[in-house]
Amino acid sequence: MWTWFYRLASPPHVYRTAAALAPWFLALAAAMIGYGLIDGLVFAPPDYQQGDAFRIIYVHAPSAWLSLFAYTTMAVAGAIALIWRIKVGFAVAAAAAPIGASFTLAALVTGSLWGRPMWGTYWAWDPRLTSELILLFLYFGVISLRKAFEDPARGDRAAALLGVVGVINVPIVHFSVTWWNSLHQGATLAKFGKPTMPGSMLWPLLAMLLGYMCFFGGVLCMRLRGEVLDRERQAVWVREALAP
Amino acid sequence: MNGAPRSLSIEDIHVWRGDRHVLRGVSFGVESGQLMHIWGANGTGKTTLLRVVCGLLRPEQGRVAWSGQAIDGVRAEYQAALAYVSHEPALKADLTALENLRYSVGLKRRVPEAELRATLEHCGVGACAELPARVLSAGQRRRVAMARVLAMRALLWLLDEPFTNLDAAGSALLLRMLEEHTGQGGLALVVAHRELDLQRPILRMELCA
Amino acid sequence: MNVGAWRAMRLILQRELCLSFRRPDQLLQPLVFFLIVTTLFPLALSPQLSLLRDMAPGVLWVAALLSSLLSLEALFKVDADDGTLEQLALSAQPLYVIVIAKTMAHWLVSGVALVVMSPLVATALAIPVHAFATMMASLALGTLTLSWLGSIGAGLTVGLRRGGVLLSLIVLPLAMPMLIFGASATDRAIGGESPAGALYFLAALCVFTSSLAPLAASAALRITLE
Repeated sequence: MWTWFYRLASPPHVYRTAAALAPWFLALAAAMIGYGLIDGLVFAPPDYQQGDAFRIIYVHAPSAWLSLFAYTTMAVAGAIALIWRIKVGFAVAAAAAPIGASFTLAALVTGSLWGRPMWGTYWAWDPRLTSELILLFLYFGVISLRKAFEDPARGDRAAALLGVVGVINVPIVHFSVTWWNSLHQGATLAKFGKPTMPGSMLWPLLAMLLGYMCFFGGVLCMRLRGEVLDRERQAVWVREALAP
Repeated sequence: MNGAPRSLSIEDIHVWRGDRHVLRGVSFGVESGQLMHIWGANGTGKTTLLRVVCGLLRPEQGRVAWSGQAIDGVRAEYQAALAYVSHEPALKADLTALENLRYSVGLKRRVPEAELRATLEHCGVGACAELPARVLSAGQRRRVAMARVLAMRALLWLLDEPFTNLDAAGSALLLRMLEEHTGQGGLALVVAHRELDLQRPILRMELCA
Repeated sequence: MNVGAWRAMRLILQRELCLSFRRPDQLLQPLVFFLIVTTLFPLALSPQLSLLRDMAPGVLWVAALLSSLLSLEALFKVDADDGTLEQLALSAQPLYVIVIAKTMAHWLVSGVALVVMSPLVATALAIPVHAFATMMASLALGTLTLSWLGSIGAGLTVGLRRGGVLLSLIVLPLAMPMLIFGASATDRAIGGESPAGALYFLAALCVFTSSLAPLAASAALRITLE
């Protein structure tokens, strides 16, 4: 019964599917981000408290959201690879890690730039910022661990395990603003009930979020192809796929 | 040695080390009372094969079966029945020979001190019982490792180059031990470069590059 | 099976303690490191007692963290180097039994020793005596949590040549929440407030880590033993 799943997850199939999906993801990303930036930076009304400084949310919030989403993707892919021995999961985890780390860094930097006008400081040791910084360190740890092994198969497995261990930090980052008295503002997008933001500000934010996710999807597909090729370089299908 | 005959079955084992296809479809079987001598040039995967049989290394393909059951499912029972000797004698340098035995064999079965001493004596290192392993010679350490195998009362012996560092007397002792072990219904896989001349018939397998 | 898990754990614990006490110099080195690091801060920052008292909880905790990390690298590496780790893995005992026994031995030898030494260091850092109980309790819980987290890191980095730095890189981010609450508990106790909240959180972290770390560490060992 599971054979269809294993066929879906077979490296040549993943390689071809990723090639097909990537341009769509990136096109959608460009459209969404384009709309979001224009609407958010130009057309959305200025905030009554922060004026125009709030507009950095259109870059900051999606980056932060993606940093968590990428880590979760990496951890889940690693877990699937470890438990069910589906090797392509290791390739997904390896592909996602640097992207997620970049998003985390972007979130921290844009957040820091926003902190100056809003809180008067570039950095504060509050729960959300600290846990996001810990997330960055966890990313570095996973990437370094994978590279440290001479045998790439072992490196993949060790890095996947570390990714799973560190996933505990993801809910901590997310819920830190509700669990502790944080300097950081609360959740803008609640799961249920009305969001606290007016529509004119909210739609560009949602568009940016979707655009960032598509961007992540597109770049992940591109990197995934490289990772799959690297891991399967001895296989026959690779030679056929790369034949001119 | 309990009465029930056991069998070890290695089925179509494939192992890759990085890009190297080290073991390509290795298959064989060993029954009670049989000794399998594995030999081959350096780098052909003899140690890798032994580690797969131990269960330390999971093969990409194939399985190892102990009395018909895959070892993955009966890990504890399988490990209780085997004794593995690797290239190094695997002794803690700061513990005495007796303590080394006590802490390793003691995890598999309750064994009185007297029996451990007797086993050390039998292997010719009775005098080393109270000496820390770091002051023993390589040959003496090898003999202590042999004593450990004996004391474990394992059904399956997996020995990787056990004759290293043994003098003539030591080699003769090991051969006698193998004779007795297989005579009582035990199984053994021995990786060795030298010839094994036992009174009993031996299965032999060569691994090629 | 002849040998149950409890008996096996006792045996391995005995072995570890036996080995540790036969190398008393290696036992004392992390403790001396702890003393030296705590000395560095007053020298570098300020020997004024009032300022010392303010930074004392943090200094104590960071020093405890770093000196525990030093001894963590050897948790599995020594056994892996002489081949005895494989023998333990083949001992018919589940790997988590081995991990629990070795980690508890590590904590008894390093963490508990730090807790016992902490009043001495606390006096040097001008921590008032009424805060000692909280400080020692929080250090006991914190070093135990660190031993568990360290066992995961040690398991992952056993085979690596320069694994020590990577071990710290892996363990320290995971240990940060514990550091925050541990230092906070001691800080509150110094100020006369109740440290109960922080201590409960620390205890919860410790229990959580104790239950999951042995599984993660044995999975890590299985990976590195291949």
